[in-house]
Amino acid sequence: MASMRDIKRRKSSIQSTQQITKAMKLVSTVKLQRAKQNAEKSNDYFRCMYSTVQSILARTKNLDHRFLKAGEGGKKAVIVITSNRGLAGGYNSNVIKLITHGELKDQDLCIYAIGKKGKDALQKSYEIRADYSDVIEEPVYADAMAISKEVLEGFAKGEISEIYLAYTGFKNTVVHVPTLLKLLPVEVNGSVPEGGEGSGEETPMDKALMNFEPEDEEALNLLIPKYITSLIYGGMVESVASENGARMQAMDSATSNAEDMINGLTLLYNRARQGSITQELTEIIAGANAIS
Amino acid sequence: MADQNLFTLKIVTPDRVFYQGEVSMVEFNTTEGEIGVLKGHVPTTVIISPGILTITEAEETKEAALHAGFAEILQNEVVILAEIIEWPEEIDEERAKHARERAEERLRTKTPETDILRAETALQRAMARIHVIK
Repeated sequence: MASMRDIKRRKSSIQSTQQITKAMKLVSTVKLQRAKQNAEKSNDYFRCMYSTVQSILARTKNLDHRFLKAGEGGKKAVIVITSNRGLAGGYNSNVIKLITHGELKDQDLCIYAIGKKGKDALQKSYEIRADYSDVIEEPVYADAMAISKEVLEGFAKGEISEIYLAYTGFKNTVVHVPTLLKLLPVEVNGSVPEGGEGSGEETPMDKALMNFEPEDEEALNLLIPKYITSLIYGGMVESVASENGARMQAMDSATSNAEDMINGLTLLYNRARQGSITQELTEIIAGANAIS
Repeated sequence: MADQNLFTLKIVTPDRVFYQGEVSMVEFNTTEGEIGVLKGHVPTTVIISPGILTITEAEETKEAALHAGFAEILQNEVVILAEIIEWPEEIDEERAKHARERAEERLRTKTPETDILRAETALQRAMARIHVIK
């Protein structure tokens, strides 16, 4: 049986770990609230953006536009949104698995990393084209604009044939869905991020009569970069919310695990104490008997 | 009677709902030129270029600097998806003036590497900001 001192030392070490995990849980709860609000506030914008772009695309099905077909040659680019910090359960590894085990498995990719964890995990097997890890701390729209500008330049130059976005969709506090979304070429009615199911307010009449100024093709030229930017921004906002949600869960279970371990150790400690008292008594009695 | 000429204007940005209300007219700059929208406009989608947004409500008018985005005009509703938009009180005048000088400088001392389009939009933005404050 382990000595009393050993058990005590172990217990206090677990206790201090538990305090840390508890504090981290509280911090991520607060951060989650804020991130969730951000995600909700930006939802309106994406819904309108999505429905507009889809309505243009629906009208211009046969348009031969450079954003609507895959580039020839060049690599596939993936924008990977992970966190800069670990201790968030499976959050980061789930996103990375999307790339290493998903439909893009074994292909020649170049990675635009947002988040240090993703960059570290992928740099062994893929080319990291750019690293924007700082922006994920506090995503602002201007960052998304800069990133989308850079990937679109790559696309225009023919270095990139397709663009994907790997992020974690935020359904609610406990459900986070790692998602791989194709940004370019734009797919009509392809998979969409949460909240993108059309606006539902407008009647089909409105849509049918919609005019565009400038003409369709010009409009697409200007709109699609904005569309990509908004998807990247949406991905960042949702990923931050998911990160904090995942960390909150992970820390919650770590705290309760620590609680269980402490309970077990308390039991062991008491038993050891009892044992040592019994042993001392036996020794004293034996000693007294020997003298008399 | 005035009430019948009102329509809904909604301006959303990626991080907030900037404005929502009943208005009688809204004016802004598009890539095709300046437009003013009244109730019952033909459904149109336009791309915004930097300029001043003027909202005419039933009683008063409001101005804001609108820099990028696009607008969806429907018969009874206008939705502006603005990437960048500011109320006059949110604008940093000093910064806008500096930005104007920089942009003008860049356009004057043109070199082959100058990104003229970028300098021009920067100038337009700065001008819109300064104008809106006044």
